[in-house]
Amino acid sequence: MATKAKPPKPEDLSKIDYKPPKTKWMDTPAEFKPGMYCYGTRPKYLEAVDFPNPREWSSSEEDWKLPENWKEIVLEGIKERLSKYRTFHIFMDICVRCGACADKCHFFLGSGDPKNMPVLRAELIRSVYRKYFTGSGKILGKLAGARELTYDVLKEWWYYFYQCTECRRCSLFCPYGIDQAEITIIGRELLNLLGLNTDWIAGPVANCYKKGNHLGLEPHTLKSNIEFMIDDIETITGIRIEPTFNRKGAEILFVTPSGDLFGDPGIYTAMGYLMLFHELGLDYTWSTYASEGGNFGFFTSNEMAKRLHYKIYAEAKRLKVKWILGGECGHMWRLVHQYLDTWHGPADFLEVPVSPVTGTKFENAKSARMVHVAEFAADLIRHGKLKLDPRRNDHLKVTWHDSCNTARGMGILEEPRYIIKNVCNYFYEMPDNTIRERTLCCGSGSGLNAGENMELRMRGGFPRANAVKYVRERYGVNILANMCAIDRAALPPLMDYWVPGVRVAGLHELVGNALVMKGEKERTTDLRLEPLPGKEAKEDV
Amino acid sequence: MGAIFSFFAVIILVLLAFIGVGAANLHFLFGVIIPYAAFVTFTLGIIYRVIKWARSPVPFRIPTTGGQQKSLPWIKQNKLDNPSSTLGVVGRMALEVLFFRSLFRNTKTELREGPKLAHGSDKWLWLAGIAFHWSFLIILLRHIRLFAEPSPFYLYVLESLDGFLQIGAPRLFMTGIILLLAVTYLFLRRLYIPQVRYISLASDYFPLFLILGIAATGILMRYFFKVNVVGVKELTMGLVNFNPKIPQGIDVIFYIHLFLISVLFAYFPFSKLVHMAGVFLSPTRNLANNNRIVRHINPWNYPVKVHTYEEYEDEFRGKMKQSGIPVEKE
Repeated sequence: MATKAKPPKPEDLSKIDYKPPKTKWMDTPAEFKPGMYCYGTRPKYLEAVDFPNPREWSSSEEDWKLPENWKEIVLEGIKERLSKYRTFHIFMDICVRCGACADKCHFFLGSGDPKNMPVLRAELIRSVYRKYFTGSGKILGKLAGARELTYDVLKEWWYYFYQCTECRRCSLFCPYGIDQAEITIIGRELLNLLGLNTDWIAGPVANCYKKGNHLGLEPHTLKSNIEFMIDDIETITGIRIEPTFNRKGAEILFVTPSGDLFGDPGIYTAMGYLMLFHELGLDYTWSTYASEGGNFGFFTSNEMAKRLHYKIYAEAKRLKVKWILGGECGHMWRLVHQYLDTWHGPADFLEVPVSPVTGTKFENAKSARMVHVAEFAADLIRHGKLKLDPRRNDHLKVTWHDSCNTARGMGILEEPRYIIKNVCNYFYEMPDNTIRERTLCCGSGSGLNAGENMELRMRGGFPRANAVKYVRERYGVNILANMCAIDRAALPPLMDYWVPGVRVAGLHELVGNALVMKGEKERTTDLRLEPLPGKEAKEDV
Repeated sequence: MGAIFSFFAVIILVLLAFIGVGAANLHFLFGVIIPYAAFVTFTLGIIYRVIKWARSPVPFRIPTTGGQQKSLPWIKQNKLDNPSSTLGVVGRMALEVLFFRSLFRNTKTELREGPKLAHGSDKWLWLAGIAFHWSFLIILLRHIRLFAEPSPFYLYVLESLDGFLQIGAPRLFMTGIILLLAVTYLFLRRLYIPQVRYISLASDYFPLFLILGIAATGILMRYFFKVNVVGVKELTMGLVNFNPKIPQGIDVIFYIHLFLISVLFAYFPFSKLVHMAGVFLSPTRNLANNNRIVRHINPWNYPVKVHTYEEYEDEFRGKMKQSGIPVEKE
């Protein structure tokens, strides 16, 4: 096992040297710095999903216990993927190394390590591609930027492909749209052919597969977690909510990342959903089987991702719902939006989603039949279907973090802003180059949200935190709102480290705070059970 | 290292043509055979590359979205950066190919005291890139005069626009100067920006030097050596009509120019220069973001092993019943 290293102090971490080393990158082997990588996975997780080469191994040791023919496996794997993905094939060939992507990656900005420049991270694999799959590389070798696939190269891949959060910021700025996420995904697929995963990804994958969610919440635990929230909601509002689980014949199936059901601040977001749906009298159900929207399989291979997202449509079919509503999650939505229908459609056993409250037909979900809760809620507010008291969020000075996947994989930018502006009185945007499609990653996505790689996460999150710091200093922002479960897990430690005093909230926590429910008692606390300051004084006016 | 190697590689190419034509009198080789071979290599090579790419399917619809999606009717969609229709995609691609839209977005991030990261707009790479590509295209089009008799009408318009500065005679074409400056900038930034130098390979410098050599010989021919244009046209028309002949009295610098161009053409399909063709096929740019509206088919979609609800219930039935969650089998 690697040693669990505490990250250096912020003052030291922010002294970043962007100068590349003297030695050329091919002659600079990856140095495994503690705190910058995750533990290699234990065999039991791989066995749970029939992944190859499960064994006890440690990434910090010399011998990674690879199968003898590992090189053939990798090269064969590359060949297969070249024939299956035009993205991979084209992205291997057309990069001109202009460097436009270099300072777009949060890991490069936070570490200065040149191999974190998307262009160079891609070259790690491209160089091998050239050596074995192009004429010029075979003939000219190093001169053409080609190199042999060696044990060290493989280790370098492992180190750096797990130092990419697949946020796609590089892709936005690339003149050809070369997407590091695609390259990282393929790189990780190749590593997974050899059982080279990390514990923090493989564990959740196994959990999702067997138990339905990455936290491994069993059906009764899941239900009791939600019941705890219901108790809190009753304390706050005086209203008892009674959600249903695995109920057949409900109109809507609701799927959210399991991060919303466990630990704060995720649970406050879930409380927001519960309150909203109750207030609307929505005919919906939770599922304990499809109890995870976040798909950790996506961080290992396309096939595994497909195996996990299967549950969403399968459960909708079993419960005979009309359509599906999805909660706040980043990569869940990238996959719902870009993959779900392709993998498991046509979803013809469902209906085109129609809001039972406003009658709005969600034309943009015509085929996949799954609607984002922000789309759903924005529509409600627009039609005046919610009674909102934004003053209940007056103690919050809010800024909005666009989650990478929903921003650059969907373009869901205005809906959440519209909601926030209706439920909060104090909303401030971060600088232009750091929001919307240009948003900066939390630094812990795509399965990097572990404990042992804290330095990596604090480095990767530095650019995001820096933009938050700007609005903190300028406007006194104290809440960083977002709609991604990984954000809600990753951003609190990031804020504590770089911008103390800023807390993290999901969109629907803010909705829940502002929502005036029929028959509720006068609220004295927010969803966090913290007193609403100045409430009495304002009531008197 | 890569830069020095590439520089000398181009020098050697120049010498090859210089000696080949100037000393060894291989006019036919450099004037006819090599240009033909290069043209064939270029054409077949590009076709080969595009077919090879096109044979790999696009299993998933994964556009990188750069603005608001199509959603509720009252939310304004960004139709160009986040297109949901074919028309939008055509618009997006046109902006990309003609005006380098993504590069136009480029920012530069600097770490300042504080610590503060400052993200500022940075258009130099875009400017140099667009100046380079557009002037290259115009120069290429201007050269059609050598391959068509009579010259098409638009050439006169193009030339009068390009040469509106009217300095001396022959007329000074701006594109030549712009091309030289832009290529020089692109080369210098590779040398002076440490990160870009770090990632640069010989194959990044080589085309720059090659193009620099082509532009320089072109300018030398036109303004200084005053090559026998009539003879050159005789040669080029001969090539076009498949009736190649070598006219007398063409200066060796023309053959150097022609040889460098031939090398560039032949090198094109096997190098990063194929980005010219590849940009059109890039799935993050050329797909509409209508993933939930229209079903997209993956041609190699195959069934996978899943954990079914039945298996799940079998494992948890007791616990589910105990906590009042409905089950299929009692």
